[in-house]
Amino acid sequence: MNAPPPPPIDSTALFSALAEVLPKGALLTTVEQMRPYECDGLSMYRRLPLCVALPVDEQQVAAVLRICDAGGVPVVARGHGTGLAGGALPEQGGVLLSLARLNRILALDPVARTARVQPGVRNLAISEAAAAHALYYAPDPSSQIACSIGGNVAENSGGVHCLKYGLTVHNVVAARLALADGQIIELGSEAPDAPGYDLMALLVGSEGLLGVVTEVTVKLLPRPQLARVVMACFGSVEKAGQGVAAIIAAGIIPAGLEMMDKLAIAAVEDFVKAGYPLDAEAILLAESDGTPEEVANEIERIEAVLKASGATAMRTSKDEAERLRLWAGRKAAFPAVGRITPDYYCMDGTIPRRHLGEVLRKIAGYSDEFGLRCANVFHAGDGNLHPLIFYDANKPGDLEKAEAFGNRILDLSVAVGGTITGEHGVGVEKIDAMCTQFHALELEAFHAVKAAFDPKGLLNPGKAVPSLHRCAEMGRMHIHAGQTRHPELPRF
Amino acid sequence: MTDFIEQAQARIRAAQASAAPLCIRGGGSKDFLGGEPVGERLDTGGHAGIVAYDPSELVLTVRAGTPLTEVAATLAASGQCLPFEPPLFGGRATVGGCVASGLSGPRRPYTGAVRDYLLGVSLIDGRGDCLKFGGQVMKNVAGFDTFRLQAGAMGTLGLITEVSFKVLPTPEADETRVFEVPAADAIATMNRLAGQPLPLAGAVHHGGRLRLRLAGNPAAVGAALARLGGEALPDAGAFWAAIREQTDSFFAGPAPLWRLAVRPTAPALAADGVDELIDWGGGQRWLRCALPADAVQALAASHGGHASGWRGVDCRHAFQPPTAPVMALHRRLKASFDPAGILNRGRLYPDL
Ligand SMILES: Cc1cc2nc3c(=O)[nH]c(=O)nc-3n(C[C@H](O)[C@H](O)[C@H](O)COP(=O)(O)OP(=O)(O)OC[C@H]3O[C@@H](n4cnc5c(N)ncnc54)[C@H](O)[C@@H]3O)c2cc1C
Repeated sequence: MNAPPPPPIDSTALFSALAEVLPKGALLTTVEQMRPYECDGLSMYRRLPLCVALPVDEQQVAAVLRICDAGGVPVVARGHGTGLAGGALPEQGGVLLSLARLNRILALDPVARTARVQPGVRNLAISEAAAAHALYYAPDPSSQIACSIGGNVAENSGGVHCLKYGLTVHNVVAARLALADGQIIELGSEAPDAPGYDLMALLVGSEGLLGVVTEVTVKLLPRPQLARVVMACFGSVEKAGQGVAAIIAAGIIPAGLEMMDKLAIAAVEDFVKAGYPLDAEAILLAESDGTPEEVANEIERIEAVLKASGATAMRTSKDEAERLRLWAGRKAAFPAVGRITPDYYCMDGTIPRRHLGEVLRKIAGYSDEFGLRCANVFHAGDGNLHPLIFYDANKPGDLEKAEAFGNRILDLSVAVGGTITGEHGVGVEKIDAMCTQFHALELEAFHAVKAAFDPKGLLNPGKAVPSLHRCAEMGRMHIHAGQTRHPELPRF
Repeated sequence: MTDFIEQAQARIRAAQASAAPLCIRGGGSKDFLGGEPVGERLDTGGHAGIVAYDPSELVLTVRAGTPLTEVAATLAASGQCLPFEPPLFGGRATVGGCVASGLSGPRRPYTGAVRDYLLGVSLIDGRGDCLKFGGQVMKNVAGFDTFRLQAGAMGTLGLITEVSFKVLPTPEADETRVFEVPAADAIATMNRLAGQPLPLAGAVHHGGRLRLRLAGNPAAVGAALARLGGEALPDAGAFWAAIREQTDSFFAGPAPLWRLAVRPTAPALAADGVDELIDWGGGQRWLRCALPADAVQALAASHGGHASGWRGVDCRHAFQPPTAPVMALHRRLKASFDPAGILNRGRLYPDL
């Protein structure tokens, strides 16, 4: 069931067909031109496409897709390339379709509290545009100055405030989608629901496999009047984890609830001087937002709970500048770590929080075993861990060790009842771990969903859902009572 | 695997072999909703019970036949709730039916719908295979969100056997204020207030009265009430329950009842012979009227939405169909989950 070898593509004919539907200069075909597109944020995987198309509107996107559909040419959509799972890795012999130039905010309705935007609009640009109306777009991935809303929809991205305000899926209401054959459909609605199956929910997190998002309507929320953050220090990561559980058990849903371990704290302090204590084993950041009355009350309760949970020191922001400084450290955690190691590999499992202590102990054990350091940053409120494995790509064997270490963490996340990816997506990176998390029948159901939207399997082939063949080769296939099905479907 | 699951699998396999439809039924509280149930009944009531619940994880896993009242009581004992406030329909509503119908209550515009609180769904598909989508954690992007697809699918994609929900603390304070205003002003107010940082939890207008509900942190609710003014509504809990359960007098009587989902800013739709109850901050409109189905559907579409025939409406018009290309996707998805078309045949759309 290996994917059939791609048919020989007449690239000259393809290029001239594409050049006809694209503006001048919007088709890149030389190696130098295409180099910036050879990888996304996960630079360990690199590949050059056949060409890069840079359409400026939906019609051009559809035209590119029609041409590729007719020629059986694979298409990989790309937003701003900040993805961390290799989702936008080009297909050799395929077209890399960049949505970066579809970057206009088409409408902003402050009364209905929605914004209709093109997919290449940056996440933060939406909140900036809405600020005049005291509104904002809630999901705030740390990459929000750079990542695109189309990429956010494809990955169901989260941010440090998603415990209270939800993920992308909770904050987008409608989209226009170009199917693989270039047909444009509308999903979702500005009404509270759309007729029939909730295909909008299905689209979110589908990693560019079902269609190319050409327009997104997002929900805007009123900006909270006030926000304050408590930074609490703990003598162990477990203690900090208990603090998290205690806050939730007290009936409080903080606007943000983040944790960092000692190594991450050190990296961040060295980089942004956020004012984190270097002697703490772990720190928690717990934010409260709302009306001044509510924040005062909630902060008081959070402080009391954290004190009772054994916080050794605490600091609460007194003004907006101090709050932003405390967050700046957390938001810069990845680049900060990037300064103290030649390379790092970011993991993204989610676990039931009660297993936090056990999981971190095991990760520390793997770290010793593989001889690679590992800093831990997490969205503690929802159990989404980002262990950052340090390695040096120039050191022979290091990358392989980092990957083996990472795979152990993924397997561990599944073993304790969690998932291999909380927000970064599967892409090419975690494709083998999908064989651990799902049985063959479920993977087949995913393939069938893919086939319902993209029968030829041209969009982002080989990503997100592994072929059963691949799982079998990995020795990871979980087949239930010998069942497999849909033998008629192409495997991609 | 429990006896129920094995038996259900066997029945579905047999039904598939003979292409005989099966009607999945929890408590029967939504028999009225959607296309007429056809085929042999497959009752899920025997598959009940809470599988796992850890309040500090904010996650509840429960078997599909469990009555929602039992879920609510279990959560309440830990000060938590299902924030989308599904109707309990006299205590007969079950978890499976709640997810399949996708019905949410008054807090929906401010806290989200059923699909927003789904973390995972186990189901038996139309081949009799057990599939598990999603999980028990709050953030999970592995695989397509086929579990969210079950919300509102009316059981046409599988027999739901187990569900994991994200749950939240029950608001400590819950207050309602009444304002005497015409519908147009009420819609404007609902939208204006939703754009302000207020702990809104409900906004309903009917009969010249706007009811605004505020729920959450007592300090926030207190500050909001001071700002908004209005009259306190005595027995507010009963009022909101009557809206959620559709037992308010507006819902009584034989006149056809339609549910419209529209843009929240859509104008008032009341007219001669059309009585309107505005819910969900303007996004959900209940109409009592004898207009033909296509007129009601066109009205909804002209305001960016769709109409569902709720009661006293020919059940072929229960749900407004999507556009043709989207309908084509529905058919392909249905065929992949239920190739023989045996599960809740015709319940969502006549030919699905
Ligand atoms: C420093 C850093 C911090 C980060 N922090 C976070 C975080 O806090 N939370 C989080 O969730 N993620 C985070 N990420 C990951 C990343 O930013 C998100 O996944 C983001 O949504 C990717 O957006 P993009 O525009 O860069 O997409 P790309 O990387 O270009 O593409 C991502 C995927 O989306 C598909 N895609 C892109 N556009 C479209 C479209 N229009 N239609 C269909 N498919 C499309 C691509 O094919 C690919 O599979 C971080 C990344 C970095 C580098």
